[in-house]
Order: sequence, then C-alpha cells, then structure tokens
Amino acid sequence: MINGISINYYILLSAVLFIIGAVGVMARRNSIIIFMCIELMLNAVNLLLVSFSVLHNDASGQVFVFFIMAVAAAEVAVGLAILSMIYRNIKSIDTDLLSNLKN
Amino acid sequence: MIKLISLVPLFPLIGFLINGFFGKKITKSLSGIIASGSVLASFIISILAFFELESSTHKQNIVNVFDWINSGDLTIPFQFLYDPLSAWFLLIITGIGFLIHVYSIGYMHSDEGFSRFFTYLNLFVFFMLLLVLGNNYVVSFVGWEGVGLCSYLLIGFWFKNTAYNNAAKKAFIMNRIGDLGFLLATVLIFTNYNSISYTEVFEKAGTASTSTITLIAIFIFIGAMGKSAQLPLYTWLPDAMAGPTPVSALIHAATMVTAGIFIIVRSNVFYSMSQEASSFVAIVGAITALFAAIIGTLQNDIKKILAYSTVSQLGLMFLGLGVGAYSSAVFHVTTHAFFKALLFLGAGSVIHAMGGEQDIRRMGGLKGKIKITFITMLIGTIAISGVPPFSGFFSKDELLAHVYEQNKILWLVGMLTSILTAFYMFRMIFLTFYGSFKGTHEQEHHLHESPSNMTFPLIVLAALSIIGGLLGLPEFIGLPNWMHHHLDEVIKIKNPLMLSHETEATLMGLAILSAAASIYFAYMLYMKNKVLPVEKENEFKPWQKLVFHKFYVDEIYETIIQKPIDVVSSFFSKVVDNQVIDGIVNGVGTFVKTSGSAVRLLQQGNIGFYIISMVVGVIMCIVLLTMAIN
Repeated sequence: MINGISINYYILLSAVLFIIGAVGVMARRNSIIIFMCIELMLNAVNLLLVSFSVLHNDASGQVFVFFIMAVAAAEVAVGLAILSMIYRNIKSIDTDLLSNLKN
Repeated sequence: MIKLISLVPLFPLIGFLINGFFGKKITKSLSGIIASGSVLASFIISILAFFELESSTHKQNIVNVFDWINSGDLTIPFQFLYDPLSAWFLLIITGIGFLIHVYSIGYMHSDEGFSRFFTYLNLFVFFMLLLVLGNNYVVSFVGWEGVGLCSYLLIGFWFKNTAYNNAAKKAFIMNRIGDLGFLLATVLIFTNYNSISYTEVFEKAGTASTSTITLIAIFIFIGAMGKSAQLPLYTWLPDAMAGPTPVSALIHAATMVTAGIFIIVRSNVFYSMSQEASSFVAIVGAITALFAAIIGTLQNDIKKILAYSTVSQLGLMFLGLGVGAYSSAVFHVTTHAFFKALLFLGAGSVIHAMGGEQDIRRMGGLKGKIKITFITMLIGTIAISGVPPFSGFFSKDELLAHVYEQNKILWLVGMLTSILTAFYMFRMIFLTFYGSFKGTHEQEHHLHESPSNMTFPLIVLAALSIIGGLLGLPEFIGLPNWMHHHLDEVIKIKNPLMLSHETEATLMGLAILSAAASIYFAYMLYMKNKVLPVEKENEFKPWQKLVFHKFYVDEIYETIIQKPIDVVSSFFSKVVDNQVIDGIVNGVGTFVKTSGSAVRLLQQGNIGFYIISMVVGVIMCIVLLTMAIN
C-alpha cells in the first residue's frame, strides 16, 4: 500500500500507459507522435520503478529513474535533430516515405 | 691450421656468393678462376691441416663455429669434427673438386650458363664439405640435403630440355626417400641418447637396446641407399648423366655418391653392434654390385656405362662395409674417386671431340686422334679392372679378402662383379678407341684433342690412379697399409684380416687371373671377331633384351608405384576435391544465398512493420521465458 492506494493500481496505470505508447508507436506514421509515444513508454516504466521503490523502501529504483530521465533527455535532443534533418530532406515526417533503403 | 678448418667450407661459399651475385657482370675467365681458386684455397688448407693432424697425437679436433639451435633439452651447436676420416674426405673432395673445376673451364667454355655452372659447383663443394665436417647428424644433414639440391640443379643444368628436367626431378625424389631414412635415424638417435653429436653418441652407443641400434643402423643405411644409389633406389643415377660431364665426374662418381659410405663409416659403431644391419648392408651392396654390372655390359651410351659401373662399385663398397671392412671401403672410395673421375672426364673429352656424340656405336678408332685422352682413359680402365699394380687392384683385393673371410657366397658375387667390370670397361675402350671410325664425316673432320686445361686434370688423375694403391699395400707380404692405420681412431671395433697368407695370395692370384681372362674375352669378342653392339632391338636374344632394358626396373617402378599414385591422385583430384570438397564449399555458399534471398523479403522498408515485428518478438520472448520458468 502506498498512501492508501494498492500497488495493483500503479501497475495497471503503468501497463495502460505503456500499451498506449506501444500502440501509438506501431500505428501512427507521424514521426513526432511516434517520438512522443516512446517517451510515454519510458515514463510508464519510470512510474513503475518509483512505485516499487517506495513499496520496498529501496532508493535504487528512484536512482534508476533519474538515469532514465537523463538518457531520455539526451535521446530527445538527438532524435529531434534527426527528425529535423529528415524534414529538410524529404519535406515530410511521415515514416512511410522513408523507404529508400528498400531494394 | 686445424683451428682454421672452418675456412675450408668458407672459401667455396665465398666463391658461390661472388659467382652467384656478380657472375653475369664478370668475364667468364674471371668467374672460372674465382671458382677454381676458392676450391684450391680449401685444398691447400686441407693439406696443411692434414699434415698437422698426422703429426699430432690428438686425433679428434672439435671446432665450435657458433651455437646454432638451443631449445629446451635440445642443443645443436654448429660444430666441425676434424678427425682422420673427415680429413681424408676433405682431401678427396677439395683435391678432385679442384681438378674438375679446372677441367670445367675448358669443357663449359662456350656454354651461356658458364657462371651459373660454377655457382652451383661451388655451392656443391660447400655443402659436401659441411656434410663431411659436421660434428653432429644435423649439420651433416644440412650438407646432405644441400648436395642433393645441387645435384638436382646440376642434372637439370640444361633446363630447356624436358628429359633432363625429368631426370633432375627423378634424382631429387629418389633422394628424398632416402633422406627420410636419415631423418628418422637422427630422431631415433636423439630420443635414445639425448644428443646428436657424433662424439657423444658414439661414446654411449651401447646404452640403447640392440633392436634400437639395428633400427638406427638400417635407417641410416636407407639414407645411404638414396644418396649412394643402391638397390632399390639406384635408378636416378644412370639418368643423372643428363647433367654436364664434369658434374657426373664430381657429384655422381667421386664425391656425393660416396656420402652414403661416409655416413656409415662415421656411424660404424652402430653397425659393429648390430649383426643384422651389417648383413643387410652387405647383401644389398652385393646384389646392387652384380645387378648394375650385368646391366653395364650391354649399354651403348658411354656415360651410362660409367654410371652403371659407379653403381656397381658403390655396391662393392657397401659389401665391404657390411662385413666390417670400413678402412678398405674408404680406401676403395679413394681409388674409385681417382679412376672414376678420370674415366668420366675422359668420356667428357671424347664427347667434346665427337661434338656431343655419346653413343659408342658411333665412335671407334679414336686412339690416334685423341692420344692423351686415350692413354689416360686406358689407365683408368686398367685401374678399375683390377690389374696390378694399378690402384683399383689393391683396394678391390683388400675389400674382397675381407668379404671372403666373412661369407664365401658374397665373395663370389663380388668376384663376378669385378669380372664383369673388367669386361664391360674394356668393351667400352675397344669400341671407342679401336676399330674403324663409325661416325659421320663431319664428326671425323671435327675430331681434336681437348685444350690443356682439360687434359691437365686427366694426366694428374691418371697418375693418381696408377700410384693410388700405395695408400694401402697388402700387409701380408710385409708392405705397409697406411690407410688401415690412418683410420684407427675412427673405427671403434677393429676387424683385422685373419686369413692365412696362402689364402690371401691365392685370392690375389685368382683376382688377377679372372681380370685377365675377362679382358681377353672382351678382346676376342670386340677386337678379333669385331662384334658390334646390336643396332636393332629384335636382333637381341631374350636375356640380352632383358639386360638391355635394365631388367625393366624403371618400367616396374612405373607400374607398381607411379601408376597407382596417378590413379589415386586423379581420384582425389576429380572426385574428392572437385566433388566432395568443392561441393561442401559451394553448398554453403548456395545455402546462404538462397536463404538470404528468401529472408530479404522481410526487409520491406516500412518502419511500422519493423516496430510491430519487434514488439511481437519481445512479447513472444517474454511469453516463452515465463513458460520456461514455470
């Protein structure tokens, strides 16, 4: 129990967030949306880590979260740079148009 | 001088390097002088060192040149052993080597490969000296392989002729079979005595079991079989006559082919301890001697006759070694080196005069045209036939007396061999120098005596063939046998002749009588009745045909060794290599290619599809993992 709320709800929330993210990544073609969905998945995991950290009274889960957040920030920087380059090249951010490697 | 003994192989090496690197840039006469001069320098040092050794009481001199191989238990120093045996061989090699170098300057004067020839010849002398001087089996083995290489290079000297090249390859391959025996002997010696140096091994030779010693002795003898052309590895020597004649004289008569005798005399300790190995050596030697002598009686190529004669004489030497007459064998090596080098050089002079003709059926009546060659060759022939007081008589007689003491049957074989030897040698002389000229008019017009640098070695060798017998006079008449005592230090177990004086005298008389009878027979046949060798094969009687074709040994080898190897090789090449091995390699390639082109279709470029497959994959992994854990 964390603040009177059962751990099951936290797990459920994380799972829902993660699945929304995953489905978004799979279904959408707009690169920026895909990007946001990836962030959503990361944060779903973060939430889970923090919940278990509090439940078990172990700080290492929260330390992990800090690392993930730092890495995610770096990833966003790189990812957005790539996205802007893609846009400059093909005047679009639709992932389906990125199929030059085929054949 | 003994301290400077390493200079003896060094000079020919320097000559080799100069001729090898600058041979094309210097004149022919200069390259000839460098080559002969380097061997002459070695000869002078050998003589001086020899006299120093004679006067000193310290007979075994080890000269350490450098540390060669040091690895764990194995230490192989590059050492020279200068004792009466190697001293004597040094004299033969450098002395006769020098004469043949001088002769070659005349013989090869118009050849385009003049400097190349002397390069190889110097290299050969270097390796031969290494073989003789080495103080362990490995140094000797380096020389042993080196002389084989030079023999190959010189047999195939005129490399544009395919037949000559094949003869060279044949010699090389035959020798390799023998070399394997030598190598196995070296390994066995090292594993049993933990040393390979001659001095150490011979001291503790008795510590190994008799069967090991027999095995070592037989392996060494297999090496000797290859190098010294004994049955069954002799067929390369007659073919080796493809090389220039001085090469036949130096390598295939006087020096390299006696390496087998040398190595057995050097390792005499093993043979003294093993009766089986000794008997084996004696029997192989006796059979080879008789076999080659029989073939020699019907050959028509002047060099082939001498080649079979060499094989036969080497067989006699091995017969002597087999009955423990080591010093007699070395004595026969020496006299044989004199008269056989002489005969080969004489044959070279005849070929030179005839403009390249080697068939004695196309010669005849050369006696008056090339006097010096005729007289010197006649001396050589008398010497090899065993007529006293020429050198061959003494050495052969001493050797056969030892054989008679041990085994009467082998002695009979030896006697038969020397009777046949006298016959075919005089057949050659009569057909070549007497009768009427049977060549073309052009050749008759061209006939001339060789230049002085070719006749000079002939005269020196003829003189040595006459007086060479002084080295080992028969002791039973009270004359000194210098050779016998010279090798006292080298031969560990002495084997003095125990025959009564009467027996020895009878044997000697018998030898003289049989040689005379044989010469008379040849005289009657080829001089009185003027029998000419048959030109066409179908005029032969069956046994003559058999002998003329050298008992079909080459053909037998071809059928039982070469043909099966060819069949097996073509099986391996066509089936195993082309189908199995290539099939596996190509199969792997085809599999990767087809499966690749199938899997390639998954890469369709749609990012969404990739992500879905990834997610599905991850989910499947998790499901499988959970299932595995439960």
